[in-house]
Amino acid sequence: VYQVFENVAKKYDVMNDSMTLGIHRVWKDIFVHKMNPCPGTVLLDVAGGTGDIAFRFINYVRSVRKRQLQRKLKHHQNLSWQEIFESYQKDGFNSLGDSQVVVCDINREMLKVGKQKAQHLGYSEGLSWVLGNAEELPFDDDKFDVYTIAFGIRNVTRIDLALQEAYRVLKPGGRFLCLEFSHVSNPLLSRLYDLYSFQVIPVLGEVIAGDWRSYQYLVESIRQFPPQEELKAMIEDAGFFKVDYENLNFGIVAIHSGFKL
Amino acid sequence: EEEMEEDVEGWHQLYPGHIPTSPLQKALLAAGSAVMALYDPYRHDMVAVLGETTGCLALPNLRDKMKNHPEGYRILRERPCIRLSTLDMARLQGLPDGTLGREYVRFLENNKVSPDTRMPPKFVDDEELAYVIQRYREVHDLMHTLLGMPTNMLGEVVVKWFEAIQTGLPMCVLGAAFGPVRLSTRKLQVLATELVPWAIRSGLSASCVLNVYYEQRWEQPVESLREELGIFPPP
Repeated sequence: VYQVFENVAKKYDVMNDSMTLGIHRVWKDIFVHKMNPCPGTVLLDVAGGTGDIAFRFINYVRSVRKRQLQRKLKHHQNLSWQEIFESYQKDGFNSLGDSQVVVCDINREMLKVGKQKAQHLGYSEGLSWVLGNAEELPFDDDKFDVYTIAFGIRNVTRIDLALQEAYRVLKPGGRFLCLEFSHVSNPLLSRLYDLYSFQVIPVLGEVIAGDWRSYQYLVESIRQFPPQEELKAMIEDAGFFKVDYENLNFGIVAIHSGFKL
Repeated sequence: EEEMEEDVEGWHQLYPGHIPTSPLQKALLAAGSAVMALYDPYRHDMVAVLGETTGCLALPNLRDKMKNHPEGYRILRERPCIRLSTLDMARLQGLPDGTLGREYVRFLENNKVSPDTRMPPKFVDDEELAYVIQRYREVHDLMHTLLGMPTNMLGEVVVKWFEAIQTGLPMCVLGAAFGPVRLSTRKLQVLATELVPWAIRSGLSASCVLNVYYEQRWEQPVESLREELGIFPPP
């Protein structure tokens, strides 16, 4: 798996756009909206490589924060200039409101690409990049408010271990969120989806990235991944409560959610 | 990696590196590689893929030509490969000027190329035809030497015209037709008025270039080989 992602790192984003015809962006947007983070949230994004979720998290929190500050200003309009100025100082121009995201990935190349993207897009504060294994996270217990893993969990050999680690590092009250390819139950759609996956995606891999085999592997790993209900059961086994899932695009992708209580 | 290979193909892998593909996949690959090769000329792998996916008529043709020729037949049987490891570079360099071996080495040095950068075939679904296309790729540099053409865009296009006539491979035809798109008008003129007509004439008159056991002819002077094959002297 490691070698696959080494090859894949640099062309990862281009390939994602081509394979999903850009829809992966919408999936990730919906994912972060579902998370609905408020300023002050500390997020751990596992297998977050090139930063897609992290950047969306920061954008979301910034806009929430902006609205917070705007509302606050509205309420202070009747104060004196001095008082308004002082309240500015207090809040600081903390656009993130102390939110943080730690991007953790097992693959150095993916992290490298992510860091470069962050620089290029102008993300500097609130971001940390850590090399780590989802089955054995380099973090202490009860540290994070939210744990996310987007399109990463199917690449983990021992999913149960990753889920246990997720449970461990989350604070009580913390939320587990997983975005992953899942199973299409509709038979017609399933056939079309299979056709597309097996016929088109490896070709795209060869033409765009010069790498048929890695993308053949990707398609296979999606088929072998547990379906929605099974994954839900596994998440419950790890100790999470109120586990639920939401299908996107008829089950091509699913968002699973659970809470540590 | 090996595990992947066994599981991935429910089909049979015919030779190392072989990726079996359905007709739909081949069609998509052909289209995709053609577009990519034009978009990014540095994607030599795309040119190779295009050749493999479109060569289903031309390759058997070439193979039969080889089978029916004594020297070609021997090549098919013995499957020689032109690699740095199999070539005795020192010996070739020591050969007198004008011999195939000496001029080939000179060509490799001047253009800073190596015979080891050729793509191995992946999408050809016949093991013998896979060798034929591999041989074609390995012999390509010798084509440059025989035709006296360098590896710049102009030289490559001229060689493509020659190869298109000789092999009938759609990839060569496409390369010959679209290659000139990126050339300046001055070069296009030279191409159209002198080089292409010469390449076509030589291509038509020459016997099949894949039927020459080059590895046994290093000492032969290039001019004599040209005459033997029917290639006219370069302008």
